[in-house]
Formats: sequence, structure tokens, C-alpha cells
Amino acid sequence: MTQCNPEQAPKLTRKDFISDQDVRWCPGCGDYAILAGIQRVMPELGIPREKIVFVSGIGCSSRFPYYMNTYGFHSIHGRAPAIATGIKLTRPDLMIWVITGDGDGLSIGGNHLIHTMRRNVDLKILLFNNRIYGLTKGQTSPTSKHGMKTKSTPFGALDRPFNPLSVAIGSAATFVARSIDIDSPHLQYVLRRAADHKGTAFVELYQNCNVFNDGTWESVTDKDVRSDRLLVLEHGKPLVFGKERKKGIRMRPDMSPEIVEIDGNTSGLLVHDERRHDEGYHFMLSRLASPEFPEPIGVLRAVREPTYDELMTEQGRTVSQQQGKGNLEKLLHAGETWVVS
Amino acid sequence: MSDIESTQSAPGGRQRPMSELETVVVRFAGDSGDGMQLTGTEFTKSIALEGSDLATFPDYPAEIRAPAGTLAGVSAYQVHFSSQEVFTPGDQPDVLVVMNPAALRINLPDLPRGGIIIANVGSFTQPNIEKAGYTSNPLENGSLSSYQVFAIDITKQVALALEGMGLTAKEVGRCKNFYALGLMFWLYNHPMEREEKSIRAKFQKNPKLAEANITAFRAGYYYGETAELFPTRYVVPPAVIAPGTYRHITGNEATAIGFITAAQLASLPLFCGSYPITPASDILHTLAMYPHYDVITFQAEDEIAAVAATIGAAYAGALGVTTTSGPGMALKSEAIGLAVMTELPLVIVNVQRGGPSTGLPTKTEQADLFQAVFGRNGECPVVVIAPATPGDCFWMAIEAARIAVRHMCTVIYLSDGYLANGAEPWRLPEVASLQKIPVTFRTDPQGFYPYLREPMTLARPWVVPGTPGMEHRIGGLEKEDVIGNVSYEANNHEKMVRIRAEKIARIVHEIPEATVYGDPSGDLLIVGWGSTYGAITQAVKSLRRRGYRVSALHLRHLNPMPANVGQIMASFRQVLVAEMNLGQLLMMLRAQFLVDAVGFHKIQGRPFKISEIVTKAEELLGAREQAELCTHAEAV
Ligand SMILES: Cc1ncc(C[n+]2csc(CCOP(=O)(O)OP(=O)(O)O)c2C)c(N)n1
Ligand code: SF4
Ligand SMILES: [Mg+2]
Repeated sequence: MTQCNPEQAPKLTRKDFISDQDVRWCPGCGDYAILAGIQRVMPELGIPREKIVFVSGIGCSSRFPYYMNTYGFHSIHGRAPAIATGIKLTRPDLMIWVITGDGDGLSIGGNHLIHTMRRNVDLKILLFNNRIYGLTKGQTSPTSKHGMKTKSTPFGALDRPFNPLSVAIGSAATFVARSIDIDSPHLQYVLRRAADHKGTAFVELYQNCNVFNDGTWESVTDKDVRSDRLLVLEHGKPLVFGKERKKGIRMRPDMSPEIVEIDGNTSGLLVHDERRHDEGYHFMLSRLASPEFPEPIGVLRAVREPTYDELMTEQGRTVSQQQGKGNLEKLLHAGETWVVS
Repeated sequence: MSDIESTQSAPGGRQRPMSELETVVVRFAGDSGDGMQLTGTEFTKSIALEGSDLATFPDYPAEIRAPAGTLAGVSAYQVHFSSQEVFTPGDQPDVLVVMNPAALRINLPDLPRGGIIIANVGSFTQPNIEKAGYTSNPLENGSLSSYQVFAIDITKQVALALEGMGLTAKEVGRCKNFYALGLMFWLYNHPMEREEKSIRAKFQKNPKLAEANITAFRAGYYYGETAELFPTRYVVPPAVIAPGTYRHITGNEATAIGFITAAQLASLPLFCGSYPITPASDILHTLAMYPHYDVITFQAEDEIAAVAATIGAAYAGALGVTTTSGPGMALKSEAIGLAVMTELPLVIVNVQRGGPSTGLPTKTEQADLFQAVFGRNGECPVVVIAPATPGDCFWMAIEAARIAVRHMCTVIYLSDGYLANGAEPWRLPEVASLQKIPVTFRTDPQGFYPYLREPMTLARPWVVPGTPGMEHRIGGLEKEDVIGNVSYEANNHEKMVRIRAEKIARIVHEIPEATVYGDPSGDLLIVGWGSTYGAITQAVKSLRRRGYRVSALHLRHLNPMPANVGQIMASFRQVLVAEMNLGQLLMMLRAQFLVDAVGFHKIQGRPFKISEIVTKAEELLGAREQAELCTHAEAV
């Protein structure tokens, strides 16, 4: 059971989750802050270290498992969700985290990512989005801005970018959230929520690559602008943002969102509901983007649906009940047989 | 067909001479919608129960539903049965049952002169004749004069027999195949009652259709009896078969239940990650029937995910098997490298088909041997094995699993389309005689390192997540010997490359020595692997009967090869390697053993015929020289 009783497990601390390996990211990389956040949250979950597995693909971000003192599998480019699925189906009692990047998860591994979310395998997927290929030294990625100049697109990227949250919601993910590397309390909150979710939890993390794409999120996450450019979602609360919390979001009659000035009175504003089953509202939220709108952070969507692993276990149990537990004698003698004497 | 006249009476009453035959090959051919596969399998079941030895092969079109009556839509099923040991489904049919002109057109070239054709005249309509590309009716224009043709209006006969049963025209049309079956039952003197039971069971859900099929079946049988069309009936006496309980099994079924058996013998759950592809899908289908045997089947989004999930499952302590065919194998190569690097047990089944690319999806070939042995980046050694017959698929699946978990390595299991769909009677093993597969998960953290090795096998410990006190990280980056941390150190890399190679090479000490069929030395050794076993063995058998000093060597282990292969080859004056590719095993043997072997290749999507191998051997043995010299002289 991943939902382990904290009382029974030995009390662990952040230190227990730090491995003996030197961390090799560039000084100043946003990945450090995310690592620290995860190492802080882990002990709070009350799950013994041996029950936790970190699985990653390839990229700077995917080095992550080496730094966690849990079980870890640094695999091949883009395939972590598939490997994690195999682990989870074999050992549903383990808690499995998938660490991926914008290239790893949305380019080469895009297929695995969407299908994992559609199946609702009980995995926590953290996508470190620095809008660049870090490890290969600075090429455009599926989340790079249109027109962005990179090593591989010296005259500007022709691609239009993906929005990871929209991809997740479009893939029917049951938990979709976003946080940022430099807001530790919020990051920890979202990680805790992801850990508590049963099913695929998809989390996009805005991450700064200070070497190849420095400041890519600055215009929304910088301390001075943050309150105007970010929409902090809270379940059951109206969509309000801004330094003085004087701006809100409501729907026009044509079903498109608009920003309105408010003065204490929030009536008529959209009220955040992460538990709605239909994806329309959550998808609308995922499309809110700077500069027209503040960008949502927090939990966009959290719905409980049967997970693939639960269904599989259940199906196995039903068939075993109906047909009896298998044995070799029955297996070999199945179908029509005849005896030669 | 060697006939021995006898004067038994037909059980139906009418006297009809009964000829005893040693061997018969029957081919049923018709439109995809004519139900020829069902007719074939029903007939086969009955043959097995009559005690013959047999082998079968279905041959269906790549298109699921090609337009009715066209050449592309022809589907066939061949069964070879005999009172002697049967090694292949037969080179050529003795009896060809054709349900339409297209089936005749496609299959006639395989029928030897004098062969029997049973044709459904009712389908030889002008449009069908044209669709088959004939300009006139071949049943009437004299073009079949060198065959024995029995033209029967099955369409009409069935319609008459089923009149008044309240069936639609379409339903009536669907019963034709059972009429043909009934006729064969009469011709080969099989009892009707058993088949009627079988039909009832098969159409349990639709009793009306069951009765219709039984009526059609009987009509066919009685037609044979009353119509005085056939001068004789035939009987194939029972073969001498090892006592035991038998079932009819295809290579794919045997592969699937072999892996389930292996997992049970190892007390592990079986995980099969797969993506549908012809001709491998039936393994997935079969495994999916067995969740109550601790079998997890996972239909992934593609072959990469299929192998990746399987690697994850192996990491988590399952017996991991991923099944595919050539194109899917290509997609898996990067992940196979990961399995080799992380030294987790993994079995990959490649049911080979004609390639490259999409190639010939429903046809057989053996051209993925190089891909299996060499087809990855880096020095990436894996074990490669290949089953020889449909029944052997069961044993080789167990062998694959045993090697993978004992040596913590990747095993590629090369089946092919011919083995996969071909079937033979298979003697069920005694469960008690099956050897357990010992597996130990390391749980002792004392002195543990991820790349500590077992001194004999060099296998690293299998530690599954969930084991307390042994948290560690693995991955595709090169690892420091023993310790298992990421290492880019030059000498360490060379050391690790050599260890991984040595680990696979040492398996040679644990696999059985190769055995020679025939004498241990002689004039010619025919070497084969995989599904060519039957044709080569039968060819060698008949050459030896004629006094030639020929033997066969069949390899089931291709990497590493058995220790005595070089020495066996050295005991023959000539070595011929027969394979369904352009000489892949040939090149490996030449490279490893400096042997001056020659190759015999067939790349037509079809298995070797026994006669083709015999002819090639005769040529090498000089038996054909004389004749050839003559023609040469004439040409000069
Ligand atoms: C099959 C394969 N193709 C290409 C690469 C090279 N490669 C390694 S990481 C990477 C992109 C990583 O980008 P991202 O996922 O955004 O991770 P980041 O480094 O930015 O964290 C690429 C192209 C590889 N390792 N494997
Ligand atoms: S290249 Fe960028 S993403 Fe990679 S470690 Fe350096 S700063 Fe971080
Ligand atoms: Mg990136």
C-alpha cells in the first residue's frame, strides 16, 4: 500500500533521502530546488524508502534518481513511463515516481506519456519544463516558444509549442497540476497532493536552465510580477489574482474567459473545482497563458477513477474465482487431448 | 502414394475397394470466407484421433477480407498425415480441394501430375472464372487433363440438403466447407459421429447453425458413398507413436504455454508486454487467457513501450517476456541495450516473417539472425536460441527463461511464421518431470553491491525494489565494476564490456552439446536452425536410405553455439548450411570456425521442400554431376 500509516513507519528525515552521489547539475540550475523540495516531502509521506522507486529517462532532469536514496532506474530517452508501468503492474504496492523533461516526456516519449495517462496507471509523473534540451546543450524542445533562437534553430524555431497541461488533460489524466522550481512551499504542496492521488498524477514544473535558457519563466515567476502573472488555484475558491487581489476570471456568454476588475465582490467569477469530471473547464484553465492571462499553478484537476493496476488486480481475482487458480496439469491438458497407448 | 489394394467394405454398406496408403497430403483451398481453416483443423483433429502422425500448415492471405473470388483472397490449409514419422506439412498435396476458381489457379502449380482435384463446380461461374484470371472454364477446357478431377456442385448440393431449415442464403453458403469435410471423411474412412459431436460443441451458441453444418457434413459424406464418383476409398494405418497423452499444438500456443510453465517452475509471475503484430500476436492472445496463472499481459502503445514495460517488470521481480516480429524487433533494439547494461533477465520472442520493412507479414523467413546476434549499438551480447518444431517451442521457451534468470541476461528466442502457425501432435510432458527453475532474490544487505557477481556464471544479484536496506540505482550509463556507480573511467569500461561478453560466452558450458542426425562423419553435413528442422531431417533420412553418407546438424542454440559444433563440422568432407535467408548462419559458422561451408538459400516466404534439399545435396555429392556435365557438353 502506498498510503502507508505514518505511525507504523520509522520516522524518516530529509537526510534519509539524500544519496551518497555528488549532484552534477550546473550551479544555479532549477533542478536543485526541485530535488530539495522532493527530499523534504518524502519523509512526510510515511512510506519506507524501499517502497519508493524513481524512474527517469534521459536528460539533465533524468539524472534525478541517482540523488535519491530510494530504488532508482535511470533508463533510456523517453521510455520511463513505460518502464514504470511494468514495475507498477508487477508490484502495485510500490510508490513510483517518474522524472522526465520537456524533450524526454513530450518529444521522444510523448507516446508513452499520453498512453500512461489515458490508462491511469498509478504513477507520479514530474515533468521538468525548462523549454530547452539541456543535456544535449541547447536545442529547441516541444515547449520552446515559437521563433525561439537555439543552436538547432539559429533563425528561430518554426515549431509551435505544446502546452503540457493541455496534453495531460487531453489525455484524460486524472490529476494535473503545475508548480515552479523557485516557490518551495507551493512546490511541496503540489508534490504532496500528487503523492496522495491514486492514479496517474501529472505535474508540470517550471524549471530554469540557467545555462541554455536562462530566465525563460522570469516573466511570470519573478517575485515582482508573480502575483499578477500567476493564478494560484485553490479548490472551492474563486479565480482571483493580482497584487491587491482585485482581478478575477469569469466566462463570457460565448464561453471564453475574460479578466475583470473586482472590488471585494467575487460573485460571477469562476469558482475553482478540481473535481469536475468533464475536462472542459480544466482544459480552459490549461490554456490560460501569459501575457493575456495569468498562468495557473496548483492543482487543476484531481478526480478519482479506477486505476489500471486496480482494474488488473480485480480482473485477475475475478478470473481466478471463476476458473480456479491455475495449475500446470490443467494448463497442459487444456483443449482436446487424446491418448496413444 | 503407395497403394496396397484391399477389399474391405465401406461401413456405409456399398462395396468400394479400400486402398491402404502410407502417406497423404491434403490441401483445402478456397476464398477467405469459405472457412478452409476450420475445415482443415477439423479434419486434422480426426486424423490425430485415427492415430496417424501428422503436421499441418495454414496459408492465409495478408488481407483480412480481400474481395470475394479474387486471387488475393485465397486461403489454404495443408495437412500431411502418415503411418510413418512426419517431419513437415508435406512438399506438395496429393489431393487438392478447391472451393473456387481462384483457389485452383493459386494452388494448381503445387499439385503434381496425376494428383486429385476436388472442385466445387458451383462456384465456377463466369464472373468467378474471370476474377481468377482464366479466359475459359478450366474444368471444361481440357487444361486439367493430366490430373484426376472430381467436379461436384457443392453449392447446389448444400442448398438442396439444407432446404426448409429456415436459413438465409448466406448461412447456407457458409455450410459448404462442412460438405467438403464430409466428403474427405468418407474418402479417408473416418467415423462421422465424433465429428458431429465436435460440430455441436463448436456451434453451441447457435444450435440451428450446428444442425445445418451437420446436415451439410452428412450430405458430403453420403455423396461420396452414393455418387460412385470415386473408384476407391483410402485408409492410412495408424503410425507407431510414443505412448502418452497428446494434443494438437501450434508453435505460438506452445511458446505461450511454455512461458507460463517456466514462470510456474520458477515461482515467478509472468509478465508479457507486447504490441500486436503478425505472426506473433497469437502468443499474446494465448497468454491473455491466463490471468489466473499469475500472468500479466500488457498490450502497450508500441513495441518500445512493450519491451520497456517488460524490463520494468523484470526489475520488479517478474519473468519478463516480450513478443514481436521483425519490425517490432527493430523498435526494441535500444531497450535491449538497456536490459543488457542493467543485466536484468529478459526474454524477447521474435516470430520472424519476410522482411525487410513490412515485407511479407504472413510469410515465413529466417533473416533476423544477424539482427538478433548483432543488431544493437555497442558491444551488446545476448543469448540467441531457436526452437525447431511447433512442439519444441514449449521446451525452448522454458530454456529461454531458465538461461535468462540464471545468468541475469537477455535471451532472444527466434521462432518464425512457419513454426508459429504450423501444428503437430504434441505429447504432453509429465508435470512431475519438469525441472524447477531456481531463482533467488538477494535480500541480504550485508556486503551488497549491485554488480557483485556470482563467480561461476558472472550473474549479478537480482534485487527487487521493496527489499529493505538495499536501495540502489541502476541504469543505462556505464557502471563501475562491482560498486555500480556511474563511471566513465576508460579501463573500467573495457573491463565491463569484457565481463558482459564473458558472461554470455560462459553459457556454452551449460547448454547441451549438439547431436548429429546420422553418422558422426561422412561426405556431407547439412546444418540448419529453426523451422528447417523437419525438411532437413526428412531429406537426410531419404538420402541415407539411398546410401549416401549424409548427416544433419540442427542448432537450437545460436549464441553461444554448442561447444562441439566446430569439431562436428570438421568430420565431414562438405558442409551445407540451408536457411531461409542469404546465408546468415553460414557467415557466422565460417567466421567462428573457419569452415569452408556452402549455403543453400530460399527466400520466398515459404519453407524448404524436402525435395529441394535432396536435390541440392545430390548436386554437392556429385550425384547430379553426370547429368549436368551432359547438358553442359550439349550447350558447348
Ligand atoms: C535515443 C536517444 N536520442 C537522443 C538522445 C540525446 N538526448 C539526450 S537528452 C536529450 C534531450 C533532453 O531534453 P529534456 O528532456 O528537455 O531534458 P533536460 O536536459 O532539458 O532536462 C536528447 C535529445 C538520447 N540520449 N537518446
Ligand atoms: S544544462 Fe541547464 S538544465 Fe542542465 S543542468 Fe545545466 S542548468 Fe540545469
Ligand atoms: Mg528540457
